[in-house]
Amino acid sequence: MIDLIVLPLIKIVFVLTGVLITVMYLVLLERKVQAWVQARLGPMRVGPHGVLQPIADVVKLFVKEDVTPARAEKWVFTAAPIIVLVPALIAFAVIPFGPEVNLFGRPVPLYITDLNVGLLYIVSVAAIGVYGIILGGWASNSKYPLLGSLRSSAQLISYELAVTLTFVSVILAAGSLSMVEIVEAQRNNGIWFAFVQPVALFIYFVGALAETNRNPFDLPEAESELVAGFHTEYSGMRFALFFLAEYTNMIVVSAVATTLFFGGWLRPFPNVEWLSFLGLVPPWIWFTLKTFALLYLFLWIRATLPRYRYDQLMQLGWKWLIPLAIANIIVTAAVKVVLGS
Amino acid sequence: MGEAIAFYTLAALILGFAVLVITARNTVHSVLFLVANFLFVAALYVLLGAQFLAVIQVIVYAGGIVVLYLFVVMLVNLKRPPEAHRDRRRKAGLGLAFSLVILAEVVAIAVFGLVQPAHLAAPKAPLPPEAADNVQQVGWALYTQYLVPFEVASMLLLVAMVGAIVLARREL
Amino acid sequence: MTPITPVHYIVLSAALFTIGVIGVLVRRNVIVILMSIELILNAVNINLIAFSRQLGDPVGQVFAIFIICVAAAEAAVGLGIILAFYRNKETVNIDEMSLMRW
Repeated sequence: MIDLIVLPLIKIVFVLTGVLITVMYLVLLERKVQAWVQARLGPMRVGPHGVLQPIADVVKLFVKEDVTPARAEKWVFTAAPIIVLVPALIAFAVIPFGPEVNLFGRPVPLYITDLNVGLLYIVSVAAIGVYGIILGGWASNSKYPLLGSLRSSAQLISYELAVTLTFVSVILAAGSLSMVEIVEAQRNNGIWFAFVQPVALFIYFVGALAETNRNPFDLPEAESELVAGFHTEYSGMRFALFFLAEYTNMIVVSAVATTLFFGGWLRPFPNVEWLSFLGLVPPWIWFTLKTFALLYLFLWIRATLPRYRYDQLMQLGWKWLIPLAIANIIVTAAVKVVLGS
Repeated sequence: MGEAIAFYTLAALILGFAVLVITARNTVHSVLFLVANFLFVAALYVLLGAQFLAVIQVIVYAGGIVVLYLFVVMLVNLKRPPEAHRDRRRKAGLGLAFSLVILAEVVAIAVFGLVQPAHLAAPKAPLPPEAADNVQQVGWALYTQYLVPFEVASMLLLVAMVGAIVLARREL
Repeated sequence: MTPITPVHYIVLSAALFTIGVIGVLVRRNVIVILMSIELILNAVNINLIAFSRQLGDPVGQVFAIFIICVAAAEAAVGLGIILAFYRNKETVNIDEMSLMRW
């Protein structure tokens, strides 16, 4: 009974709270990093060095007026932000934050569940998120949101292909679809898949930037052309849900990249004996550190690179990344056959 | 007991959303109900121990095919609703009658099946619901025994892709 | 409560099939008709997977994958035809698509 219901519920509550707090502070971190890159200070007023800024932001979003455009499709307009946020949150169900540990005398795995189709599950929940964006733009009954949402969904669908194809080569290398077993495979091989599959890592990272609508691929909300893209007509808490979903998606793709390419909860060089003092740091701290390093890369890229043009984006996706990903699968499979026999 | 509750809930949701798909006036709402229907069908596959199929159902149907429908519904920006046009030659009553005949057949099968369930009730060797190697099983069958149909299916998809691109071009 | 047997799944799938057939025969919007066809294909898939479990044989699931393939091809080509037709005649009503009628 405890193992079946109580323990998963406690874990779900922990993960959701953790994710939401991380999102709040990720926004602050983003503003700070942008500011430092541009030789500014960033938020400084609320709390020392602005550490209470996220709380002030949340309060502001809560008390803002929630406007529904006069001729909008009311139900769809309300449902769209929820459809975007929920898939982003339920993706955390299969992400392994750590191995099994002993807590109060019982073995507790530091992940909510370990599906035998875990990686495909993440692909499928990401596929559902597209609906919220299309519907949000359509239901607003306004021109810029509709254009933004059509752009955004075309972009998401195109880059989803490339990202899914990189998963295939990782699955080939690991021999399993389960997230936990992919991490274990990296321990057994004694090497992170980032070094085995550098091409896949590169394609995954570019695709992840596009899938989360981040710079340099933030065309759906290109301010200079489309106001704010698909969420132009949203305000108050509903806008906050879109905002939350974007940052949650960033954390999801970083966590997936950590699991697939950077050894998940494993310490660096998991099989080197004389580095075993690194094992004193708990596994979930390693996981968090690696995820945040990747998140920092997102922020750094935003501060550095200009935006792509729309046709350049489509050319990059269809003419370069997808063929490259397919070639990578063929090479991986060939190497596996040669080494295996 | 748990399986029965899950089955009846899912069955009610699947049928309810299916009815909404064919009765909704607004086509976008229809598409949304179709997505919900597919998601619950995927949940039914999980109940049947076919996790791989469930995930494929969500990725391909909900994530691919229905998005296509949604795009087309938005591109086909109708000035007058399609149901406004009346055709004298149309015999919707006849169609309904045919559907009711099929419904009668379904009811007959159900009654017959519930009266004499003995032949089917004993499963030979059911897949365990939590079959840990569901993916391996399906993959093995797909790539050994059914390799030729698999290749034919990939050719079909290629032909459909080329056909769709040719059809969607501006100047046909 | 009786245990869930394949009969239950057959009845569910047959009911879904019937709803799809009603949609095809009664609605006039071509897009809704195509969606009803998707419902029918899903009904078939439920049947195949229920029997796959009953017989302990993954072949039913393999066939379901083929059906999903065909459904994808059908949706792409069907929607392409609808778009091409809409560009010429500005309608998606099936009763107005009667150029080839005898």
